[in-house]
Amino acid sequence: MSNDGRGLGFLLVVILGGLIFGFGLGLSNMARPEVVLDFLQFDDFGLLFVMSGAAVVTGIVFALAEASDSRAPITGRNYGRRLKSFDKNVVVGGVIFGAGWGISGICPGAAYASLGVGNYPILIAIGGMFAGAYLQGLWRARRADSAARSTSAD
Amino acid sequence: MTGLTPLLVDSLFPNGIANYALGGFLIGLGTAIIYLGTGITAGASTFLESTLSYVSDLPRFNKAKYVASRNWRVVFTLSIVSGAALYTVTLGDGWWVSEVQPWRFALGGVLVGIGTRIGKGCTSGHGVCGVGSRSRTSLVNVATFMLVAIGVAQLLSALGVSP
Repeated sequence: MSNDGRGLGFLLVVILGGLIFGFGLGLSNMARPEVVLDFLQFDDFGLLFVMSGAAVVTGIVFALAEASDSRAPITGRNYGRRLKSFDKNVVVGGVIFGAGWGISGICPGAAYASLGVGNYPILIAIGGMFAGAYLQGLWRARRADSAARSTSAD
Repeated sequence: MTGLTPLLVDSLFPNGIANYALGGFLIGLGTAIIYLGTGITAGASTFLESTLSYVSDLPRFNKAKYVASRNWRVVFTLSIVSGAALYTVTLGDGWWVSEVQPWRFALGGVLVGIGTRIGKGCTSGHGVCGVGSRSRTSLVNVATFMLVAIGVAQLLSALGVSP
């Protein structure tokens, strides 16, 4: 894991991927919260093409890579699937994220891209996302602390 | 003769389909390039936690996986910003500023920050990488946030909140 930061080749791939990813977010208008809100209010269904277009590409490439029995050239990693464990947090987090997305029309990747189209007020949203992530981390740390105390008190 | 189909397409997609589909293709392509090169499914929201490790001592933000990836995640995010800027100065129609009210960005941002961290990912992590991996966890997360977001946006609209 700590070798992920290795070398120039790794960074060049991340930069190339990020540039194309950001260009796509700009082109698809996802960097404009108004367009996302238009989708959520059923005024413009274009976002369906964005998400399905992206998922079709990753679906095909991921499946081919998994089946190829080879390893990623830069890191030597296996081409594993992105499978996160399922628990109630997946649903609770989805509800909270969905509420935030519905209120603001922004999600993390699109918010970064929004800066690149000149939308400086998005800094408020990015600041909010950092604050939210920090609050969540703080809360989880506190909860872990009190759980540790209550078990060691026995 | 103006058929029903073009009329329907116009009303469902007032801004056409091409930009959305092509943009989505590129979003997937960027993700796929990083995956093919590194084996990493790069979501956009882990940047929040990994970047907090620079400034916070909380063990929560200083897990090995965050500290090990925080540098390249900053590079990834700056590249996303640059990619969008590149679009703006090439195919785009100029710099653009949102009119959505600041309180919506502030409140929405905080909830997005909390929600993606509890829910283990966001629209790119679950929506693009997870769905691309045919992950049931991600499909449940995406279905949940889609339904809630639609409900909330429709409610705000009905209450007259605009933009």
